[in-house]
Amino acid sequence: MEYLLIIISAILVNNIVLSRFLGICPFLGVSNRLSSAIGMCAGVLFVMTLATLVTYLIQHYILLPLHIGFLQTITYILVIAALVQMVEIILKKVSPVLYQALGVYLPLITTNCTILGVAILVIQKEYNLLQSVVFAMATASGFALALIVFSGIREQLELVNVPRGMKGVPIALLVAGLLSLAFMGFAGIVR
Amino acid sequence: MNHWKIFSRGFLKQNPVFILLLGFCPTLGVSTSAMNGVGMGVATTFVLVMSNGIISLIKDLIPDKVRIPCFIVVIASFVTVVDLSMAAYFPALHAQLGLFIPLIVVNCIILGRAEAFASKNTLGSSLIDGLGMGLGFAFAVTLLGVLRELLGSGSVFGLKLFPGDGILIFILSPGAFIVLSYLIAVVMKINQKAS
Repeated sequence: MEYLLIIISAILVNNIVLSRFLGICPFLGVSNRLSSAIGMCAGVLFVMTLATLVTYLIQHYILLPLHIGFLQTITYILVIAALVQMVEIILKKVSPVLYQALGVYLPLITTNCTILGVAILVIQKEYNLLQSVVFAMATASGFALALIVFSGIREQLELVNVPRGMKGVPIALLVAGLLSLAFMGFAGIVR
Repeated sequence: MNHWKIFSRGFLKQNPVFILLLGFCPTLGVSTSAMNGVGMGVATTFVLVMSNGIISLIKDLIPDKVRIPCFIVVIASFVTVVDLSMAAYFPALHAQLGLFIPLIVVNCIILGRAEAFASKNTLGSSLIDGLGMGLGFAFAVTLLGVLRELLGSGSVFGLKLFPGDGILIFILSPGAFIVLSYLIAVVMKINQKAS
């Protein structure tokens, strides 16, 4: 039950993009095509789960015992950058097919603030290891849900007649606002 | 290029938020009130100026291949400085901005300026570029904060201008997207006229 609450909260109620405002750059950047949106989502799901697992272990077995918790930001960002590089190299060797699909999105993920954000959030929320991993996967699914719905809408948007002044980014942001409004309907399901 | 041009460019012509469309996450996330916008703007400006300065000083020492990780370490150090000092001296503001303080590290404006400007220019112009870009960002966040606070609660910087409650939706998350959307449309229109 507890895990179910974490999942529903992370996907619907406190959606990482639409209510926490993290990962707006990829949200606007790769949402032009549904196919690239799906690639990005798979990459984020993979890296976010792995990064949260690794940073959680580092926080509890290295930073806290040594009383150097203030180095959290520096350590995390370096670990995430290194991790993404490593995943890229391993994927290239082990699974060329997967690398083909995710390759271009991996470097972008380092500067995706959702990864660092979730790594810090699970520490702030004082989750245990399993809760952290579940939260990371659920958050990535929430990101995927928002991104895929949004890119579907944007593909439609290309066909309609948008007022000239609103073309491009303004109309995309406006659509994101309406989407966020729709997601507000879930508020109150979970505290 | 003279210094005034470098400085004003960040503020107007190449405003990081309105024109370059960078750094949306903190812009949307902390602009619930004008005061939060100012706090975030000042914090980001500090990190941007300091990291630009240091990077322009050490640019000849870092090997080209590992420059991005080096930039990130420099930026993360200053973010830690801001994080700890804000927690010590402005605990209320620190609590309000919350997660967005450590996330200054992944703000693309800062890494972008390090890569595009500080790693190629002298100390003086890098500092000015950092200040211009930082203030440009601060201006954008504060403007969004002022508009959202005004529409959402009828006040600016906590000062009540209109009686009543305002339109709550502008303080909640959808309001951030909607207000920024119209602001960018207006800025694009003005720019079109100017050019």
